[in-house]
Amino acid sequence: MIRIENLDLTLDGAPILQGIDTEIPASGLTAVIGPNGAGKSSLLHCLAGLVRPTQGRVLIDGIDIPAAKPAERARRVALLSQGSPALPRLTVAELVGFGRWPHHQGRPSSEDHRLVQASIDCFDLDPLAHRRLETLSGGQRQRAFVAMAHAQTTPWMLLDEPLAALDPRYARDIMDRLCTLSRPGPEARSIVVVLHDLAMAVRCADWVVSLKDGRLVQSAPRAEALTSRNLSDLFEAEILVDEVQGRPVAVLA
Amino acid sequence: MADRRLLFLGLGLLVAATLYLLWGLRSPYGFILSLRATKLAALVVVGAAIGAATVMFQTVAANRLLTPGIVGFDAMFVLIQTLLVLLLGGIGYAALPQIPKFAIETLALAGAATLLFSAILRQGAGDMTRLVLTGVIFGILMRGLATFLQRILDPSEFAIVQSASFASFTAIDPVQLAFAAPLLAAALVAGQRLAPALDVAGLGRDRARALGVDHDRLVLKVLALIAGLVAVATALAGPMTFLGLLAASLAASILNTHRHRLLLPGAAMLGALILVAGQFLFERLLGLQSTLSVIVEFLGGMVFLMLVLRRRAA
Repeated sequence: MIRIENLDLTLDGAPILQGIDTEIPASGLTAVIGPNGAGKSSLLHCLAGLVRPTQGRVLIDGIDIPAAKPAERARRVALLSQGSPALPRLTVAELVGFGRWPHHQGRPSSEDHRLVQASIDCFDLDPLAHRRLETLSGGQRQRAFVAMAHAQTTPWMLLDEPLAALDPRYARDIMDRLCTLSRPGPEARSIVVVLHDLAMAVRCADWVVSLKDGRLVQSAPRAEALTSRNLSDLFEAEILVDEVQGRPVAVLA
Repeated sequence: MADRRLLFLGLGLLVAATLYLLWGLRSPYGFILSLRATKLAALVVVGAAIGAATVMFQTVAANRLLTPGIVGFDAMFVLIQTLLVLLLGGIGYAALPQIPKFAIETLALAGAATLLFSAILRQGAGDMTRLVLTGVIFGILMRGLATFLQRILDPSEFAIVQSASFASFTAIDPVQLAFAAPLLAAALVAGQRLAPALDVAGLGRDRARALGVDHDRLVLKVLALIAGLVAVATALAGPMTFLGLLAASLAASILNTHRHRLLLPGAAMLGALILVAGQFLFERLLGLQSTLSVIVEFLGGMVFLMLVLRRRAA
């Protein structure tokens, strides 16, 4: 479980997060939603220990993550951030291999190679394994980055907008894969994902954390959080949540 | 594949070094060989230091167009020479004992770099753009100051500063070299040990930190190594702004890999190869009718332009 205690974050004098106090359950997939500038990415960076909160603390499975050593932190939490393009001349297999760095620190074992291959297989990247990132489409590249986070084999995976700039099919593929990963089982991961796509949130999330202007609006199970009224209030636009062919959908009215 | 190419680079360097040592060798063999061996050793260590330092700098700066020279090493070196000539006069400058002069230059260059790096890094090691921009302004300031001081030198003293401002291997002091070579070799080995972490740093600061790399500490270590490598190499031979860019770009395209385990020795060998081959052409075929650094800087400048234009086209 993630326990966020009275978290404040101020950057260059500007309050980014204020008084966040909640818990995120360990099982299933948690969606972090909110309008632009709500502090979703900053919250994820605090959870991953990459940004020290100005006040408050973050405990992941009882461990004070910002105070943990970098390698120890990276063995507990994998973060996929929206970053700059990676080094040129990097193949998919090499990128996914970086996910094992916290475990081998530059000296990979046969077990590391096996786990890298398992992550490549898990995200159907085998046909692309020896292709260079610069030759891939945005969706394929994003899948490779998610596979890298998966290869870290951490109990927690934090993903910052993994669906950004993806077409619906690629977005659905990645979300379905993450849903499967978050289901109970020997390989199950606890997944926290920042989502802009509300349709994906209502489709896959088990738990929802809603933020607005750096403050927590709601932290609740999907059925409770993702209602037409809550979403309309959160985004200040009329949003309808309904069922189509037995599946929940969210649409802008 | 890349490993084999690295091997070929090593063989190429060996061939160039052998040619340089033995081409047109005549009596007195021992004297000429020892003279050439000193120069060869200087060419190899300086080329290797600048090549490897540039690869490391480009990785931590996340920019393939930069060289450590851009943060003002060459300008600082020229300013030191100008100040020494101004304070001691032409004769006093020429009479300076080599070892203390070398030590002063190295310490001043490394000190300036450390000051610059630490001042910027206090703001956070992630801010490499600020480091580079401050370095560029620092370089312009040093260059402006040196140009101003050169105006009050008399013409013969000005000529001394001018000749000291270009890298030259014609008068390498063996004692200086004996001090410099082990330092540079140690820094190169230290750089090679950081190669796997540099691979991860190449993913960008946030991603590297998310993978458990203490990025800020790594950047500090790497910048300290770069300051040492470039300061010692510059104090030994003189400034070479574009040699590193030439070596690093060629290493990246020949080895075609992101792995620093191969890129660092590759750029080091290419830096050495460029200098040895250039000095061979310059001494044996051009009859000393030009300056090696001018040729290297010209080629390096062309590569720089090519990279900028290619990036713009992409």
